[in-house]
Parts: sequence; structure tokens; C-alpha cells
Amino acid sequence: MFQRLKRSEARTVSLSVDGRPVTAFSGDSVAAALLAAGILACRTTPVSGAPRAPYCMMGVCFECLVTIDGVGSRQACLARVRDGMRIETQQGRREAGR
Amino acid sequence: MTAASPIKEHYDLAVVGAGPAGLAAATLAARLGLDTVLFDEQTAPGGQIYRSVTETPAGEPTLLGADYWHGAGLVGPFMESGAQYVPGATIWSISREREIGVSVGGCSRLLTARHIVLATGALERPFPIPGWTLPGVMTCGAAQILLKSSGLVASGKIVLAGTGPLLWLLAAQYLRAGVTIEALLDTTPAGNWAAALPYLPGFLVSSYAAKGLRLVREVKHRVKIVRGVTALAAKGGDRVEEVVYRRGEAGEVRLPVETLLLHQGVAPNVNLANSIGCTHRWDEAQLCFTPVVDEWGMSTVPGIAIAGDGAGIAGAMAAEHRGRLAALDAAHRLGKIDARRRDRDAAPHAAALARAERGRRFLDLLYRPAEAFRVPAGETLVCRCEEVTARQVLEAVALGCQGPNQLKSFLRCGMGPCQGRLCGLTVTELIARARGVPPSEIGYYRLRPPVKPITLAELAALPQTEAAAKAVLRG
Repeated sequence: MFQRLKRSEARTVSLSVDGRPVTAFSGDSVAAALLAAGILACRTTPVSGAPRAPYCMMGVCFECLVTIDGVGSRQACLARVRDGMRIETQQGRREAGR
Repeated sequence: MTAASPIKEHYDLAVVGAGPAGLAAATLAARLGLDTVLFDEQTAPGGQIYRSVTETPAGEPTLLGADYWHGAGLVGPFMESGAQYVPGATIWSISREREIGVSVGGCSRLLTARHIVLATGALERPFPIPGWTLPGVMTCGAAQILLKSSGLVASGKIVLAGTGPLLWLLAAQYLRAGVTIEALLDTTPAGNWAAALPYLPGFLVSSYAAKGLRLVREVKHRVKIVRGVTALAAKGGDRVEEVVYRRGEAGEVRLPVETLLLHQGVAPNVNLANSIGCTHRWDEAQLCFTPVVDEWGMSTVPGIAIAGDGAGIAGAMAAEHRGRLAALDAAHRLGKIDARRRDRDAAPHAAALARAERGRRFLDLLYRPAEAFRVPAGETLVCRCEEVTARQVLEAVALGCQGPNQLKSFLRCGMGPCQGRLCGLTVTELIARARGVPPSEIGYYRLRPPVKPITLAELAALPQTEAAAKAVLRG
């Protein structure tokens, strides 16, 4: 799990993750927001269905793929949170048209 | 700096990456009158070393340390330099003719540049141990990025494992932030000291020596340090629950853990340079492929220079000097300054570079990761994306697979979204050991654009010439 160091004047942002409301701070990446909210695994793999979580946080490992506002396989560590953002974790293989 | 300006179709100079090398190169090039653009994948400048330096919530100056805040002194001048800054930009293709494919906000476009400086930096070396894909296992670099960019620290039971300066730096930063670390499992092979010792004098006069000793001292009295760890595994179901380690012939030790942070050095991020066709060679000291560059950073492909750790690991201070040398050479090649001015202006940067590179050889040898942690065995995953194990790779070699590119056809190894970034070095060394030939002979994956995945819709929406459309459309 991850926790925040004290932080005073940051603006909060409201997201939904798999339909549940989550509060993040502006400036967070989506991956950081998920970890701060206690959501560790963000997808399961297409090959074996194993759970995966952010690993590198710098855009090279592609473990943190999630669906953001309907667009699948976005790198959560490279996307910044925005108010009203809809995030879905990904289960196994992607399907065409989703 | 003009953040909101539209991207033009042509520039004198395109710089890729906003770490120390890219920032320094773009700043100086723009000052020398080159029409310069800097593309960066992140949303704020600084690269990974100075990540979020303009906006970090971990603003307490002593927490991240003076070396981190040095980055602010690169960002300020860059913003004033007149270079165009395009954040959130993923470069997915660069041709030998210097046509650049870039994706910004889900929309792609093509542009050209007369000269390109790649400053794509480093990535953490793969650390293929059993269980390294379990949620709760991440790299020390990732933990540091969470700290810099969001002020997030791991909580619960935390173990750090591996070798290299970043391991100690993160431990110190976590301690300063009030985080308790259960143990630091040091995998540095005992024999490394003897190999590094002849280079100790150079290290002692470098800027690394005092800092390094201070870090180790800061950490070792407050964290249980386990030296000489020779085997390491993460165990758990849906997430890591314990770390299991061994020291030589001694029995297994199990530690309950919620977060396991791994690190065993960094290697150049070569994907773009490799895809352009720049020649790389195996560096036996740094155990990675490094692009072949001259003193100015020029690669073997005309018009493509490489600066910073992407051209071989030398650290952040060296990176900024290499960025300036690349910028001076670009200005010379594009006719802005003559060779005499280039050489005269380069002298202080070359001298500073030589100073910054002091001690590097000692660090390379001291923190050279053990073979056991580079060349995995059995059911340990090599390719995280396609879930290919070490045993499968060895079976493919036994069937006659000669190298990494053939391995793709055998196992799809390296063909997932990360495109070999997390398995390339492992695969090269694994095949080399199995075949009994040096890694230089095995080579690396041949990478092709798009070097980062983009959607077909984004590709299809690219502007097309009439001739190109006619070539594929009938009637």
C-alpha cells in the first residue's frame, strides 16, 4: 500500500474506478491515484490471467494498462488525472470494439 | 518556451526527452539560433532524475536532496530559451531521413527535422527473479517517481533488494520521509570489491565518493542491512506476501512483506536509436548494449546524435554536459557556428564532462549485478508481457534458436507492448550463456516502428499524399 506525505494546498480531483468514486490530487498520474486509493492490481494479463500492478512508473513496462474514458490499454503512469475521468481496470484479453 | 504553439512540419533540431541531456541540448541549441523543438513523454520537464522538479509535492528541500533540486536550474533556462516544448508527446517513429512520428493527446502527426538529438535516458535493468511480476513488487525507480511526483511512499512492511546507488538513495529518502524499512537485501557480489579496487583512487576524487559514503552511513544504522544475498524470490498469491532470500550456503530466510522494491542498476533506453538503425555494441563493463557515438554524441546514422545516459550510463551531471556538446555540434553542422567557435565553446563542457565521469568505472565494477540475477532459470518469467519463462527460452535454444530475433518466432518473446524493454538484456545473456558465445555475438532485438504502440485509428488518421492513397486503393 501507499500513503501520502502531508500535503496542504493541493486541489482534489474526482474520478471513478470501475464505477466507484475515488479522490485524487491534481498532478497525480492515474497510476499514482490508483495506488494511493489502495488499488494495486490494475489489470490481469491476456496470457494467463495473472494480476499485474504498476512496475516502472516511467512508461516502459506497460504493466499499468487501464481503460481511460473508454479508450483501452492506456498507460496509467503517463496519463494525468482529470476531474470526472472514468477509469476501468482491464481483465485479460482485450476485445475488439471496446 | 511556447507550450501551446502548434507543432510545425519542420524544425532545424528536434530533441527527444526532457531529462538533463535533452533540457541542456535544447536550451543551448535555441540560444544559438536553431529552430528547436523538445518532445517529452512526461507531462512536466525533468526526466526521471529531476521528475516533477517544478511541481513536486515532496517540497521539503532535504527530503529529495540537493542533487535533485539542481534540476530546477536546467528547467528555468530551458523555459526562457525560445525552444518549443511539447510535453505528453510519445515519439513512435523516426526514419533515417529524420521524419518523426509523434502522438500527442491521442492524435498523431509527422514532421521532419534537419538534425535530431535523442536524449531518451536510461531504464532500470531487468531484475528477473521468481515472482517479480506480483503486484506489490516494483522498482526502486518507480517508488522514487511516486515520491517525487505525488508525494507517495510505501506503507506497511517494506523491503528493498538489489545493488547500486539508487537502492541506497531511495532508502535514505524513505527514512527522511519517516518510512520504516524492514530490511535492505544487498545482492552486490562480494568479489566485486576486488575488481573495483584498482579504480578506487579515481572514485575518491569524484563527487560520488563523499555523497555515497554519507548515504550508506545515513541508512546502515537505521535499517537492517543483509549483505551477500545470493538468491531472492517474491512469493504470494494475488500480491506479494513474503520475500525469500539466501546468503551462499546458508538456509532460506523468509520475511513478510507488502512492498518489495527492486533495483540492480540502469541501462541505456536504446529502443528509438535501435529502430533508426544506429549501430550498438555490447559494453562488457556495463553489461548492456550502447550506441556507438563520437565525442559529440553523433551516432552512425547521419543527422542523429545521442546525448545523456541513452548513449551509455554516465549519470545526470555528465548527461547535461553531453547535451551541450551535442547542441554545439548540431549548431555547427547546421551552419550556425563555425568549427572554431564550436570547439572553443565546447572546451569547458568537455572538461566538466571529464570531471563528471570520474569514478564511474569504480561504480560500474562495484555494482556489477551478479549473473544469478541477470540470467534466470526454470520457471522464472523472462518476458513479462508474453509470460515466457527461462526454461522455454533454453528449450528454444536447444531446438536451434540462434538469437533474440528468432526467439520472437519461437515464443513471441519480446513482442508484447513493452517491446523488449523489460526482457531484451536478459534474453541476450540467457542465449549467450546457453550457446557458450559472448553477448556481443548474440546481439539484441531488431526493433521497428512504431516503437511505442499507437492505435490503428491514429495511424489511419495521418494525412496522406494522393500517391500513397493510390498505391493501396483500387479503382
